[in-house]
Amino acid sequence: MSTSAKTRIVGSSVPRKEGVDKLMGRARYVDDIERDGMWHGATVRSSIPRGIIRSIEFDPRIDWGEFAVVTAADVPGENHIQLIFADQPCLADGQVNHCEEAIALLAHPNKQKLREAVAAVRIDYEPLPAVFTIEESERQDVIVWGEDNIFKSFLLEKGNVDQAWTGAAHVIEGEYRTGAQEHLYIENNGMIAEYNSAHGVTVWGSLQCPYYVHKSLMAVFGLPEEKVRVIQTETGGAFGGKEDFPSVLGSHAALLAMKAGRPVKMIYDRMEDLAATPKRHPSRIRHRTAVDANGMLLAMDIEVATDGGAYSTLSSTVLSRATLHSPGPYVCPNVRVRSRAWATNTVPYGAFRGFGAPQAIFAIERHMDEIAAGIGMDPIELRRRNFLQDGTTTATEQVMREHVIMDKLLDRALTESNYYARKTQFAQENPASAIKRGIGIAAFFHGSGFTGSGERNLNSLAGVDVTSEGKVRVLVSSTEFGQGTNTILTQIASEAIGLDIGDVVMALPDTGIVPNSGPTVASRTSMVVGKLIQRAGTQLVSMLHDKAGLEESFTRAEFFAACERYRAKLGDVVSLCRYEPPPNIFWDDQKYRGEAYPAYAWSIHVAQVAVDTITYSTEVEDFWAVQEVGRVLNPVLAGGQIEGGVAQGIGYALYEKVVWQNGRMANNQMTNYIMPTAEDVPPIHVLFEEIPFMHGGFGAKGIGELPHDGPAPAILNAIKDATGVSFCSIPLMPEDILAKLVVASSIEVAATV
Amino acid sequence: MNPSWPSINLRVNGEHHSLNLPPMKRLLDVLREDLHLTGTKEGCGEGECGSCSVRMDGELVNSCMVPVLQAQDACVETVEGLACDAELHPLQKAFLEFGGAQCGICTPGMLMAASHLLAHNPTPNIAEIRDGLAGNLCRCTGFIRIFDSVIATIASNAKSQQERNAR
Repeated sequence: MSTSAKTRIVGSSVPRKEGVDKLMGRARYVDDIERDGMWHGATVRSSIPRGIIRSIEFDPRIDWGEFAVVTAADVPGENHIQLIFADQPCLADGQVNHCEEAIALLAHPNKQKLREAVAAVRIDYEPLPAVFTIEESERQDVIVWGEDNIFKSFLLEKGNVDQAWTGAAHVIEGEYRTGAQEHLYIENNGMIAEYNSAHGVTVWGSLQCPYYVHKSLMAVFGLPEEKVRVIQTETGGAFGGKEDFPSVLGSHAALLAMKAGRPVKMIYDRMEDLAATPKRHPSRIRHRTAVDANGMLLAMDIEVATDGGAYSTLSSTVLSRATLHSPGPYVCPNVRVRSRAWATNTVPYGAFRGFGAPQAIFAIERHMDEIAAGIGMDPIELRRRNFLQDGTTTATEQVMREHVIMDKLLDRALTESNYYARKTQFAQENPASAIKRGIGIAAFFHGSGFTGSGERNLNSLAGVDVTSEGKVRVLVSSTEFGQGTNTILTQIASEAIGLDIGDVVMALPDTGIVPNSGPTVASRTSMVVGKLIQRAGTQLVSMLHDKAGLEESFTRAEFFAACERYRAKLGDVVSLCRYEPPPNIFWDDQKYRGEAYPAYAWSIHVAQVAVDTITYSTEVEDFWAVQEVGRVLNPVLAGGQIEGGVAQGIGYALYEKVVWQNGRMANNQMTNYIMPTAEDVPPIHVLFEEIPFMHGGFGAKGIGELPHDGPAPAILNAIKDATGVSFCSIPLMPEDILAKLVVASSIEVAATV
Repeated sequence: MNPSWPSINLRVNGEHHSLNLPPMKRLLDVLREDLHLTGTKEGCGEGECGSCSVRMDGELVNSCMVPVLQAQDACVETVEGLACDAELHPLQKAFLEFGGAQCGICTPGMLMAASHLLAHNPTPNIAEIRDGLAGNLCRCTGFIRIFDSVIATIASNAKSQQERNAR
């Protein structure tokens, strides 16, 4: 079926599949589930950032016989979480490398006694020197990981950067920094586990990637795959924060269940979740850019450094995406990106919506405004002259074969926001007002799906089957955590087969039932898994035509009658499809060259801000998000993704600051880690252009991460427009604005005296 | 029966309960653990996120901040009491249609805050809606579709009222 064909269900705002359960309070999140005889589990954690564990002492005033106690010595298999590299211990063994690292686990039926017992375990340490920042790690005088503190480095080269500087009319340099950001899903991490020697391990929990947890549990317990079962429960937000960490917590709960001989539930409270689980990688990105007299980019020399925390977790792939997004949506003949992920002694940083791209796009999109100022050009015009176009190549020399419409998106954003009129109006009003208004933009792409050869390596399998109760079931390990997986995939299946949405259900996300359709990350579900479900649906209909006499056009009753004929003759009615890479996709991992992503989503953000020069607070007053994400499968869900991502991006820019003390998050409470509330979000105007992508589910590309990429640079560009002062670091707090505005104005005063 | 604990009488969603409980047990835990009403969620445990919002004697409270002794003889309304039998409450219908719920974890509290707002002010403007929901954090939606859902509810309530008047 052509992606542009008229559809009945795809493209309409079908209500959220599990919506009624959520609205009635019936949806079962992990903490809503009880198992017979269940105990509660808790974690004894490191109080220092780095050191040797001399001893673990249990206070004799506690009757430890009542408790299940687990340390590294109790791990039956490998004491490592399986991710990209297996360097992170499941439980610290002999040494800790960050504050809040798990050292011992306790379980007891009574939560209060459990809390007292955690406090009664004393760890004796021999402290070791620790590093806390990119700069400290770069000095390499204290080595805290491997031989050089470097988790991963990349070199991306196009053309010859070094020869470009001499002929340039302008060379503009800048350094941009981004801070850690907490996901702040409203449901904290939680898991329930059971263990018995006959069936092995079963865990239920709040998670994104059932097969990631599955892989770690197999290693930690030394069990074959059929003896490990992972079931996702309703998940109250994730945003990447439940990509890798559930492998840790799932292993912990399962170890306690094995030791206790009964089910164990581990639910973090907010303080523990904030202090002990991953956040977005902090970054420092330096740009040096050569531009000709007409504002055409001649060379981009980019240096990306990220703080990865104490273990490698996902730092290498986050760095990869940061590297590939760092040159922005622009054509440049000479590009060099040198990037490194550094080890420090903090909680490992992990996946968070955007996965390195928000850091990279903050830097390039702030820098584009700095270039424009440096050469005296309108920042809109500078971008327009350099946008990628059809047939041009990216920094990895990927040819733009799909239609690129950045000009059109930009025009629409300028018109909808009335950009130039507002800019002129603010310039007139600001001098006489303590409130300084400004307007700024960001232009960006976001690569959909896994990077480079990633999708090929995942080799995802997904499909549909038909139950004897007369329902089509979607078989995927792709999970719902608010973004709309259930709704989108049932829309795609019902459309492809020719049934109603009510005839299609999601199979329980249980590794004992569903195949491995890959992790629920990287804006890949609608595009990659959606395409597999579309193919599986079409294949199912063909199967029924060929083997069970289903006619070319059929009613619902005829369809399910054919399914029963098929079942009687040939057994289970199942249609599975495996990932097939789009043709002409080539990626060279060594040279970092080729098709970095099968498709890109494109966007322009426009932010209007008001900076109060008495309180130094900044309000985002209005916001426009214009994007091309392929086919929009469900307008209400798609709009919700954009608005939610923009709100998180506003938090990233202006509100959300992780305060570190000796490698520990000091503000690990919702009282003092501040996210945007209902009072803080501006009106968000969401506008889509649709160019169906033939290799995505009914034409979809990625959407989930895209909207987090643009708000921070658009807002800081607007603040520059409002105040005339460049800020190059986020989060940008009122005190930061105060410091720079006061300094700037005192210089101004001095100059006029 | 623990004789050192008080007997707590409270009415939840119209149903009377008499319970022997530690007086400082959080209302949130009483609802979830003793009454098995797990629709009310814990997000922060310190009154910041509003996920545990319920109505108590007509006031919107964070049930994580209410020792159950304080709920003696109170009428408590939770998300489970919003729908009338199988018929969704107008707010629930609007949240479903307009995308007011995504991951769903803040939704029960958000619905209670919205129903509380409309009980006191049947036709709030957008500033009043923002103010009324400011104690409830949602990390998924950016709030926009929650506002849309409340606005749609106001319109549908007005329409129902007109129809009732016409009869």
